[in-house]
Amino acid sequence: MLLIGERINGMFKDIKEAILNKDPAAVEYWAKRQTEKGAHILDVNTGPTVSKEDQPAVMEWLVKAAQAASPLPCCLDSTNPDAIEAGLKVHKGRAMINSTSADQWKMDIYFPMAVKYNAMLIGLAMNEKGVPKSAADRAALAMELIVNADMHGLPMPDLFVDPLALPANVGQDHGPEVIEAIRQIKTLADPPPRTTMGLSNVSQRCAERHLLNRTYMVLCMAAGLDSAIVDVDDELLVDAAAAAEVLLNRDIYCDSFLKTFRQR
Amino acid sequence: MAVTIAKERWTSKVNEMVIGVEPNVVKVGGDSTLPFLHFEGEMPNKPVVALEVWDMEPPDWPAVLTAPFAGVLGDPAAWAKKCVEYGAGLICLRLAATHPDNKDATPEEAAQSALKVAGAVDVPLIVIGSGVEEKDAAVMEKVGEALNGRKCLIGCATVNNYKTITASCMVNGHNIIASSPLDINLAKQLNILITEMNLAADRIAIDPLVGALGYGIEYAYSIMERSRLGALTGDKMLAMPVICFVGQEAWKSKEAKTEDNEEWGAQERRAILWEVVTATSFAQAGGSIFVLRHPESLKQFNTHIAEMMKPNNY
Repeated sequence: MLLIGERINGMFKDIKEAILNKDPAAVEYWAKRQTEKGAHILDVNTGPTVSKEDQPAVMEWLVKAAQAASPLPCCLDSTNPDAIEAGLKVHKGRAMINSTSADQWKMDIYFPMAVKYNAMLIGLAMNEKGVPKSAADRAALAMELIVNADMHGLPMPDLFVDPLALPANVGQDHGPEVIEAIRQIKTLADPPPRTTMGLSNVSQRCAERHLLNRTYMVLCMAAGLDSAIVDVDDELLVDAAAAAEVLLNRDIYCDSFLKTFRQR
Repeated sequence: MAVTIAKERWTSKVNEMVIGVEPNVVKVGGDSTLPFLHFEGEMPNKPVVALEVWDMEPPDWPAVLTAPFAGVLGDPAAWAKKCVEYGAGLICLRLAATHPDNKDATPEEAAQSALKVAGAVDVPLIVIGSGVEEKDAAVMEKVGEALNGRKCLIGCATVNNYKTITASCMVNGHNIIASSPLDINLAKQLNILITEMNLAADRIAIDPLVGALGYGIEYAYSIMERSRLGALTGDKMLAMPVICFVGQEAWKSKEAKTEDNEEWGAQERRAILWEVVTATSFAQAGGSIFVLRHPESLKQFNTHIAEMMKPNNY
């Protein structure tokens, strides 16, 4: 289970201020902290306050600051392809692109970019029409992503399909559809693509957010979820991921399984 | 019609361990695929054989096994030289005399025996105790010290005595054998405990306590296979080369101990076959170091391995 730390995002107040003041301290702090807490990749997002023209430069600055404080690779999170490419150019190691939708014009930008920079790519199971309701419709869009990966020569395990989880208080009926979609996506190709999701989305504006996140992650892991963008500061969430890896026989049990999970 | 060869894409590999000092080092491990799948990944080092030498005359070895060592069984140094003549890549000195039921030799006496053997041969050394955990810890403390700097492989460390043996390896520059009784979870945990003492992971060899053909060979086989799959998919705490003490198991079997008879035929051929088939099976499961007893078994095993190491690139 690859955990992508969500915290370096301009939506959070301290990161937003760091960007505005060009002070990398908060970025470095969260890069270090998330590394210690068991993240495998650091999500990096400029946030909504940065103007489109400034996004490439801010992304570049964020990636450099994060990688100065942590050996982990980054997940470059933006809707602006120029910002993503600016991040890829300065990134050390194998980056992850977050994300393309299943719209052909977007896939024609991001798949060649992923191949060019030897990066992994998150593909959202949605298009201009929005987020599909059923598992089958999500799987159909996942298939578009898979075909494009094949067409552009992106190795299938480097494609991470995100079936898009919605908040439990808004789209409750999406919950089981997403789980079923994960199960289906894992059967669409051999080797299959990997799967991911923005986990905290499932608990937006809900009570007991940590509990909802943890529980949903484990349910999805059982269906084949390979990674998620998460709050690694939630120690019990990381524990639950480690336990689920063991119980799903993905990781060989040993008494120190909580510790070894964090060491990878 | 062209056949497409299915190839797995592994993300990790087995650690490479170096035993002995230049120019006589033996390297094991380093595999980035399942055994002998040369078309899929690298198998940079071939499986190696150590022949067993004891620090006392073995009381229960059958005549077909003592015959090749006639005249040297009471002298570990001469015995070790004989093994090298037979083609052993390493010597495995078993300090059986330290067992309280044998001679209860002291750690100091054991260290003397180890030094004699080390002085007699150029090949790298494996040194193991008598299997009494507490005594082995005391023995390996002294033996490790006596062999300082020779980069031996010493053991066998268990969950009960690993601390002293690990410390001896760290101070004196040796590699360690981590033993766990046919239990992959315990094997992994023991490796974690040893690395937590700051001994590098590439200085640990896993001893899964294999059984011989007909005596539970399949249990060890599947554990070795599973830990290799773990190693190849990134489990760092199972990415150690595996040592198989085949001789001690094969020569304990009824099939090896029963003398010539009409139904089963000649003992010598049968016993050697038992040892060789056990060893070659474990080579297929991913074993790297094979501790054998009979020189003819060593010859047959090496012939088999030479054939298996030929490239099979499709």
